[in-house]
Parts: sequence; structure tokens; C-alpha cells
Amino acid sequence: MPSAVVDKFFRTNKLPQIWCPGCGHGIITRAITVAVEKLGFDRDKICVVSGIGCSSRATGYLDFDTLHTTHGRALPFATGVKLANPDMKVIVITGDGDCTAIGGNHLIHACRRNIGITTIVFNNNIYGMTGGQYSPTTPKFDKGTTAPYGNIDKAFDISNLAASAGATYVGRSTAYHTNLLISLIENGLKNDGFSLIEAISSCPTYYGRKNKKGDAVNMLEWQKDHAVNISAASKMTPESLEGKFLIGEFKNSPEPEYTSEYQKIIDRFNKE
Amino acid sequence: MDKHEIRLSGSGGQGLILAGIILAEAAIIDGKNAVQTQSYGPEARGGASKAEVIISTEKIDFPKVRECDIFLSLTQKSYDQYSKGLKEGGIMIVDSIVNANNAKNKVYSAPIIDTAAHVIGKAMVTNIVALGALVAISNAVTREALEQAVLSRVPKGTEELNKKALEMGYIMGENAIK
Amino acid sequence: MKRKARLMQGNEACVEGAIAAGMRFFAGYPITPSTEIAELSSEKLPCVGGKFIQMEDEIASMAAIIGASLTGLKSMTATSGPGFSLKQENLGYAGITEVPCVVVNVQRGGPSTGLPTSPAQGEIMQARWGTHGDHPVIALTPSSVRETFDLTIRAFNLSEKYRIPVILLMDEVIGHMRERVELPDTSELEIIDRKRPAGNKEDYKAYKADEDLIPPMANFGEGYRYHVTGLVHDETGFPSNSSVVADKLVRRLADKIEMHKDDIIQWEEQNTEDADIVIVSIGGVSRAADTAMKMLRSKGLKVGTFRPITVWPFPEKRLEELAEKVNTFVVAEMNLGQMVLEVERIIKNKAKIERVNKVNGEAIYPEEIVTKIEEVL
Repeated sequence: MPSAVVDKFFRTNKLPQIWCPGCGHGIITRAITVAVEKLGFDRDKICVVSGIGCSSRATGYLDFDTLHTTHGRALPFATGVKLANPDMKVIVITGDGDCTAIGGNHLIHACRRNIGITTIVFNNNIYGMTGGQYSPTTPKFDKGTTAPYGNIDKAFDISNLAASAGATYVGRSTAYHTNLLISLIENGLKNDGFSLIEAISSCPTYYGRKNKKGDAVNMLEWQKDHAVNISAASKMTPESLEGKFLIGEFKNSPEPEYTSEYQKIIDRFNKE
Repeated sequence: MDKHEIRLSGSGGQGLILAGIILAEAAIIDGKNAVQTQSYGPEARGGASKAEVIISTEKIDFPKVRECDIFLSLTQKSYDQYSKGLKEGGIMIVDSIVNANNAKNKVYSAPIIDTAAHVIGKAMVTNIVALGALVAISNAVTREALEQAVLSRVPKGTEELNKKALEMGYIMGENAIK
Repeated sequence: MKRKARLMQGNEACVEGAIAAGMRFFAGYPITPSTEIAELSSEKLPCVGGKFIQMEDEIASMAAIIGASLTGLKSMTATSGPGFSLKQENLGYAGITEVPCVVVNVQRGGPSTGLPTSPAQGEIMQARWGTHGDHPVIALTPSSVRETFDLTIRAFNLSEKYRIPVILLMDEVIGHMRERVELPDTSELEIIDRKRPAGNKEDYKAYKADEDLIPPMANFGEGYRYHVTGLVHDETGFPSNSSVVADKLVRRLADKIEMHKDDIIQWEEQNTEDADIVIVSIGGVSRAADTAMKMLRSKGLKVGTFRPITVWPFPEKRLEELAEKVNTFVVAEMNLGQMVLEVERIIKNKAKIERVNKVNGEAIYPEEIVTKIEEVL
């Protein structure tokens, strides 16, 4: 029996989804619907846009207006939807490869414009759909099918990238820290401008197997053991933070939103 | 059929493309057909730039100048590059700084650039002075239409300046014919 | 009523036509020689309550207009050579998802960065086959400023009617040329809007086509809550790996245009009744062809012209008919021979085919066509 929120917001006739057993993506997708439920938005005014990859298949299961686009391009499609119809709540679901490799340029420009889109990045540190190649967030020296000797690229910190590029709400959580994740998505959706929530997911099938991270449970436990809330981190020593990563609300500094700024230009002509 | 093929040349920034547009608009005010084209390089300023205008009482098919009736040049570089297409008996108008000794046509030389910069005191009206001289020499469009076209294209507040530029151009053109 | 004649640039006429057709969204990226279209759209759209956005590149621009069109706004982007290459993937996306939109390509000299300020017609084949996979294409080729206005409206109309991205394939000659135009009153224009769904929202199947092979289109935000994907999809819009579904979709998309090609295809011909020789050309080259025809007629040669207005789908049937009585077709184009391939395919050996090609960044002059015809006579 699906839970009430799944029953309400998922296209249950399309289930089960294509994700592997133990994948973190299902938890994150559900978290989005819980946040939407809590905010009580008009579901007919919500558009969910995705690119290409494992995470981007989420749009097929969600019962809103959903747009499954081309690889890396979810944000510019979403920009078109939002600017054309600013009354809509626009959510982008994307992955680490989709959002920061092929779509990296679109990400920084969407942040810069502060357009009213809430982006949830399902970060599993790997290209899952194509079978386990290293992504811009694969940690240095980790392996992928295209990094058989270890990845020599430095990884992106997606949250800090978005914050620096001008996103006005930024947070990070994990599939394990679901309640935090839900509240970050909720706050992101409440922000008028561009919000980015980095959701650390897990890919036991490719990333986990390639890098001997154990099974799905081990990978969730790793998230639990290595995530430190940003509020606690300020009181910790650099030594005790070694090997850990931060979760929590990184940035919350609202600024004028793009489509409302554009509306002001239109209004100048309406007055005349 | 009454047809003029006109080529205006100089360097980027002298406003010759705008001059071409104004000339074509004047022709339309005169009730004729007009086509304006241009060719230019990557430079916004400098280089050799050319604007072409065809004025006709009939439909204009091919929009580029082939047999040039009127050629204007404000720089040596543009003279060297574009003057060849002027047909026999065509009108050649050059700024005084241009050496046109090798021209086979009759050359009307006038201090267009100097007049704009030093007599009127605004180099930006060079193109309007040039249009005045060209129309005084060639009668390609009526002076009434030209003035109307100039005034509808130039920035507000510069109308008197541009009228003066046209006047100076007319005088210069009339002197050149004498 | 006497209309006011004015001097107008081709690119400007495109924007005037677009707004008259109901364009309310433009996304673009600056590129010569199409930039005036973006500039004028940015100026004019807010005055009619429309939206303009300068995106970070041409890929994003193409994406944005598809997103905007899904909410119901008539949308357009404009570009030139390199930008047209960048748009290809999402152009295909608009094709398979059947999202109406207009893509303008003001052709310049190529390949690669080529000659940015000079005319060419090097994208005739790219317009047809630029995006991957089998797909139908509608591409319109104006040859005057007034026709740019008319065909921009037609591009929107065909796009809305058939739910297909329509390419307005201009060239620098027409884009940058200014000429005398008299625009029609807006009340005289025929404006077509996309077919809307009837019946219950719950029963809406986003890709269930009517007998005309065109599915009615709901807008995002209206409560239909449907799914759009670039994957092969069934009538409901959801992805499918079924070979039956794939075959049905790809064939329907092609048949949708094939079925209506008599409504779509347009051409213009002059003096073909008695012509021994017919000059075939599009866009800026047609202006040279007209002059060349007049020059040759004055010498007593029986020359006519044939100008596809829809270069895709090509006016195949009419060209075939003409081949029954015309001796020689002279295909003039600003490339090394693209449209001529289509002419050869259609005419086969029924007539002689000669080529006039130019790729040096200059327009084809009438004399070049005249010389060619005198040579081959």
C-alpha cells in the first residue's frame, strides 16, 4: 500500500519506478511531494522539469505538469515555463552530471538571474543511467567505468557553487536525513527566487560497487556517520571535521525575483 | 524608367549606412521604390564600409548596385576599394582629402569632413553634409523629401544642427557644379 | 484605406510579423546577422505584455521557447549558422514532443565561424536533416522584406496548426536589406492558434491524435497534469520501449506533414508557360534570378523562374510537372550545391540541370546567372 502522500502525488499506475533497489532517489522524490503537501500549493500550478539521467526519470512518476527534457537542459526549459507563466511553481529535478557537467553553464546563469525555480539536485556522484562513469562530483581518486585507475578530477561542491553564483536559497541534506531534506525543500519552495537543494543520494549499483562502499544500508549509514549539520560544525575542531561533509541551510538571503522584475518593465507600458 | 544606383562609402563610424537609410526613406517620401543594402566588416569603427541605395519608379529586383550612377567616397581607402563600379557618365563625389586623380569620370570634390568638423563644429553631421552635397549635385531625391527624412531619423534636439548641415551640403554641392 | 509605405529591414519585418502573429515570448542569444531580431523583440515584446529573455547560449534559448510554448505562449528564437547548429538537439525535441515554435536562421557564410557579416545559403540541408533521427520539417524562405513579414506569420500559423517547430530560413541578403514595404492592417491577417482539447481533463491523452494526425494541445498550468518527454512515448505521453509504439509515433510525425503537404507547400513561378529554361532559387538569390530572367527575355530567350517558398517540404509535384516541358533547370544558390540535390532527385533525367554556386561571401549577381545560361545554351 503506498503512503497517503505517494497515493496523492504519484502517478501510481506508473509504479514501480525504474530505480535499482537501494537507490536513494525514491526517498528524495517522496520528500519533494511531502514538502509540496505541507505547503498546500495548488497542484495544477506546479510544473516539474527534469533533464536526462536516473534522477530525471522522477518526472514520469509525479502527478503534476511534468517535462522530461534533454540532457543538461532542464533549467533553460524551466526558465521558459516560469517566465512565460510566473504563476506556476517550477521545480527542477536533476542529477550531478545533468546539472553540473553538461548543464553547468545553465546552472550558474539560472542562479545569477535568481529566477523563481526550486532545483533539487539528486547527487549520487556517478552517471548511473549510462552505467557508472565518473561525474563532476565523483570524489578525487574514486573509480568509475571511465576512471578505472581512479578519477583525477577535483569534485564540484554543488551547494557552494550555487550560492556563489547567486542562488538566494541553498541547502544540502541526504537521503538518510529525510526530515531535514523535506524542510529544506519546503523553505526552498517558499523562496521567491532561485533555490537549490543538494540531496545526497546513493548508488549502490555503480558508485558503491565500483568503490567498495558496501550495500544500500551501508551507504545510508555512511551518510549518517559523515554528515555534520552546519550549526554544529561551527563548534567543532578542524580535526573532528576531517572526512565529514556539511548539511543544513547554507544560504537564505532573498533578493528580487527575475520574473517579477520583468513584470515591472511590462507595467511601465501598461501605465502609459 | 527613372533609376538611380547609388553607392556611399567611407569608414565605419562616419554614419554612411544611416545616410543610405535616409536617402532611401527620402525616395519613398518622393513616392518611389527604394532598396538599401550594406556591406561591412567586423569593425564598428574604421575599416571600409559601404552602403548602397537603389531608387526606382519601378519594382527593384536585384537589391545590390551593379551599375553605379552616383558614387560618394569620404576616405581614400574606400575610394580605392569601391570606386571601380562607377559607370561611364556617372557622378563621382569625393571628400577633398581623397585623391581621385585616376578617376575616368568627372569628379566633384568638396570639403565635406572639414566643413562638418570645423565650420559646423560637429563631426557627427558629416553624413548629413554629404547627403546635402550629393542631392544638390545629383537630384536623386527632392530636397523637401530629404529634409523630412533627415528630421525623422536624427535624435531629438539636433534638428536645427542637422538642417544647418543639409544647408551647408547643398551650398557645397552647388559650388561643386559651377 | 491608403497604407503607409515605409523603409523596413528584413530582420525588422520578421519581428513585426511575429508580433502580428501573436508572438509573446522570445529567447535568444546575440549572433550576426540575426541580432536585430533579438534587439527589436526585446524592445517591442514588453509593450504588448510579452516576454523577452537573453539566454546564456543558443541551446538554452531553444529550450526556453519550448518551455514557454508549453504554457500557451507563441514563442520564437532567432540565430545564424553556429547558433543554428547549437539549436539542433532541442529542435528535434520540439519535433517529437510536438511543441509549436518558430526558429529563425539568418544564414551567413560558413562553415564554422565562417563569414559572419556575409550572405550564404549553406543550411538548406541542415534545416532538413540537422537534428538527428527521422523527422518532418517545415522551412520557409522569404525573398523580400514584405514576404519576411508574411512568412513569419505563416511560420507561426503552420507551427500552431501542425504542432511542429517551423524554421524561417532567411539569408543575410534579405535579413539586412531595407526596402519599401506596405504592411497590411492586422485585421486582414489570418492568425491560427493551436487546437485545444475538448472533454474531461482526466481523460486527456496528450498525444492521442485526431483523424488529421494532430493531437489537441493543453497548456501547462491548466490542470491537465500531463507528461512531456523526448523519449518515444505512447498516446498518453509516457515513455515506451515498445517497437509498435515507436513505429507508430515516428510514422505519425512524418505522416502528419505528408498528409497536409498541399496545405503547406508554396512556390512562385514566373514565365514558365513558354520557358525552355527555368532558374530555380530561393531567398536573396531569387532577386538576382528575377533580374537575370528579364535580361535574358530582353534578348529573346524563353527563361522563367521557379522559387520554392517552402524549401521543405519541397514543391516536388510542381517541379516534376515543369520537367515535362522545360529543357534546362539552372539551380542558383549561395552554397556548393544543396538544393540542386533535391532538384536532381525530383527531375531525374527528364531535363538538364545546371548549377550556379557561390561561397565567397558575396551575393550571386544576375550577370553570373546570365553568363551560365548563355554558356550552356
